[in-house]
Amino acid sequence: MARTLTINDQEISAAEGQTLLEAARDAGIYIPTLCHLDGLTDVGACRLCLVEIVGSNKLMPACTTRVQEGMVVYTDTPRLRAYRRQIVELLFAERNHVCAVCVANGNCELQNMGIVVGMDHVRYDYLFPKLGVDLSHERFGMDHNRCILCTRCVRACDQIEGAHTLDVLGRGAHSMIVHDMNVPWGEATTCTSCGKCVMACPTGALFKQGSTVAEMVHNAEKLAFLRAARERRVWNV
Amino acid sequence: MSEKIRFASVWLGGCSGCHMSFLDLDEWLFDLAQAVEVVYSPVADIKAFPENVDVTLVEGAIANQDHLELIHTIRKNSKLVVSFGDCAVTGNVTAMRNPLGEADVVLSRAYQDAQFLNPQIPHDDGIVPPLTAQALPVHAVVPVDLYIPGCPPPAKRIRGVLQALLEGQSPEMIGREMLKFG
Repeated sequence: MARTLTINDQEISAAEGQTLLEAARDAGIYIPTLCHLDGLTDVGACRLCLVEIVGSNKLMPACTTRVQEGMVVYTDTPRLRAYRRQIVELLFAERNHVCAVCVANGNCELQNMGIVVGMDHVRYDYLFPKLGVDLSHERFGMDHNRCILCTRCVRACDQIEGAHTLDVLGRGAHSMIVHDMNVPWGEATTCTSCGKCVMACPTGALFKQGSTVAEMVHNAEKLAFLRAARERRVWNV
Repeated sequence: MSEKIRFASVWLGGCSGCHMSFLDLDEWLFDLAQAVEVVYSPVADIKAFPENVDVTLVEGAIANQDHLELIHTIRKNSKLVVSFGDCAVTGNVTAMRNPLGEADVVLSRAYQDAQFLNPQIPHDDGIVPPLTAQALPVHAVVPVDLYIPGCPPPAKRIRGVLQALLEGQSPEMIGREMLKFG
């Protein structure tokens, strides 16, 4: 059954059960995201897609909020714009993102999001944490300095490959993406070396070994293609 | 004719790539030279940072004691301080030493641990400036008025900013052309 709602003063029709993000995108309304990836379930982790819903004093993530009849939603208010820029700045401050020497320079969703939110500098103190680079896998590498903990790799490994090699250890800013029971990637016996985690990564955190600056292109859209092919037998996208 | 704009550029903890990109302004540099007087720059032989500067472009992070002293003079003597390029804006490559620890750890790593012949940390009081504990973006030390990201900022971006300033306007730092880091 269709639901009618208002986004940014525009009346739109959405299917029952659709998320606000899906409904907005169908209507051509852009909502920024980092942890969302077509083909994976949504977790509402990055908070970039927060929207204002009239009648609610809480901001809600568009990726995990279902449409309701008569909802009145705003996706691009001064308050939301200010929070989004803060979120992106905090991501840059939390780990060591150095675009100039990154494999994903020019192909990075975090770098692009900096432009979207108008970040010309970071107002917070950089934390400069000491983090490692795991090069123990024969084909891929993981640079924790560039990880934003979006968990797209974790979900791709679990939901599309079905291996669940990856998971999250710890809490908050100290969280780390780990392989198996926190062993080096090359020693993770459940890893099938399929590379779907590398495809899913929005930044330069996961990469093919041998990539140098600006060479890493992830092809994240291939994951949605795989899912559609398996579940709906759709092979042309 | 009105007085020329007093323009300065400085090279702190960076690779000079931002100044190279500045030189990529090519023939527009002639137009710029008509409008400004260069009162301090790594490409001019001027020893001391002057007073009453209108605009100063600062390339590089604050990485040693010389930078630290100079940036305070720059701030005091400049109407507009511009963080020029990623090292000034974020710390960038210059700040990649920070996660390793403070200056002593970094210096031993570079000059002792990785050396086989005569490992020693360079020192000469009054000549080799000691490193600061961390390399920091300029705005972590003094207030900054304008930020030009990029490693280096493309010449077109630099021109966009300078042209706006010459016309007495504040440059619009929006979109990929003006804001992309790296």
